[in-house]
Amino acid sequence: MKIKKPASAGTLESSDVFVSVAPNEGGGIDIELESEVEALFGDAIEAAVRRELALAGVTEAAVRLQDHGALDCVIAARVRCAIYRAAEERYDWTREDGGQ
Amino acid sequence: MREQALMRTNLYVGGSSPGKLLDARFYNEDCIVYDLEDSVSAADKDAARFLVYNAVRYHRPPDKYVIIRVNGLYSPFLEEDLAAAVRARPDAIRLPKVEHAQEVRRVDEQIAAIERAAGIPEGTTSLWCNIESGLGASNAKEIAAASPRVAALALGAEDYTASMGALRSKTGWEIFYARMQVLEACRLAGISAQDAVFSDLDDLEGLAEDLKTTRGLGFDGKTVVHPRQVDVVNAAFTPTKKEIRHAQRVMEALAQGERDHTGVVVVDGSMVDKPMERRARTVLAQARAAGVLEEGGGDDAQ
Repeated sequence: MKIKKPASAGTLESSDVFVSVAPNEGGGIDIELESEVEALFGDAIEAAVRRELALAGVTEAAVRLQDHGALDCVIAARVRCAIYRAAEERYDWTREDGGQ
Repeated sequence: MREQALMRTNLYVGGSSPGKLLDARFYNEDCIVYDLEDSVSAADKDAARFLVYNAVRYHRPPDKYVIIRVNGLYSPFLEEDLAAAVRARPDAIRLPKVEHAQEVRRVDEQIAAIERAAGIPEGTTSLWCNIESGLGASNAKEIAAASPRVAALALGAEDYTASMGALRSKTGWEIFYARMQVLEACRLAGISAQDAVFSDLDDLEGLAEDLKTTRGLGFDGKTVVHPRQVDVVNAAFTPTKKEIRHAQRVMEALAQGERDHTGVVVVDGSMVDKPMERRARTVLAQARAAGVLEEGGGDDAQ
């Protein structure tokens, strides 16, 4: 899936994360994280972002996260939303079928 | 009652805010309603869908009846809402502003198709129908009986009074007829009847007074829109010591009758029939949920 334009999702409120996704042609995946818990959970947050990008088939994107203590399920939801907004595509919910 | 879960309180939680979604787990509501409709702006419907899906699918409160309210039957968001919400595997989907039985049947078919595609046993996902207009109230019996999925009707007083040209008051006399229409429909269908929101969040005494009507008429629970209302509503549905003792005596008498092979059981001069047994079981279930009766206490006939 191709990232076509800059897009974002989430807020700067507590327990949330603000995610920006932008095109990054020729630059692969570039992730920038700001988080008070970066020392403890930075690797896990980055892994969650990479997982969402891989699931969507995105190979080139600049992703910026401003985390305010979001749980895994919130980070995944915000990243997925920002990716699909940036790709200007609608999420196919049948992707959730099977395997669970 | 088809539904066995306790449904004294159902608390709406906006689907846009992770903080509110996660905090709601820690209040005492029996049912938590993750909202994709009124509390979410049109521009954020997609974000709320992802958030609510992940919260319910992967971070579900273990001890609550989980509901997702989708957008309106004629909104452009309903199809995607259902595709996400059913796959999140809540206990129920809540439909706003239901007015006709065929609307329920249409959604029933949509849910069944999603359940089949997702490998969810067909019929697992229940439906709560909001009755929010004079037309909806007038068709409440047909709506309640439109599908085996329908587990509850919930009265929405603000939209109902607007549709009737009535003025909303704290006494609630302007919604009395709608309350009775919803109650009658629920009792005929054997489903849960949920009363309307008491809108003044700062007037907990007024809420307690309103609850006398709610409980007195026979509703099973009430919709709340703020956590501070939860404990007041739960308290109103907590049986008194006298009610609990009577229910225990009914169950003890039934158990004794079974042991003695007695066809007819009498308590305080009244024959114990099925409705009396059902009321006794409900009282004991409410008492246990409220923590005023030990687990299993009083169900001697089970």
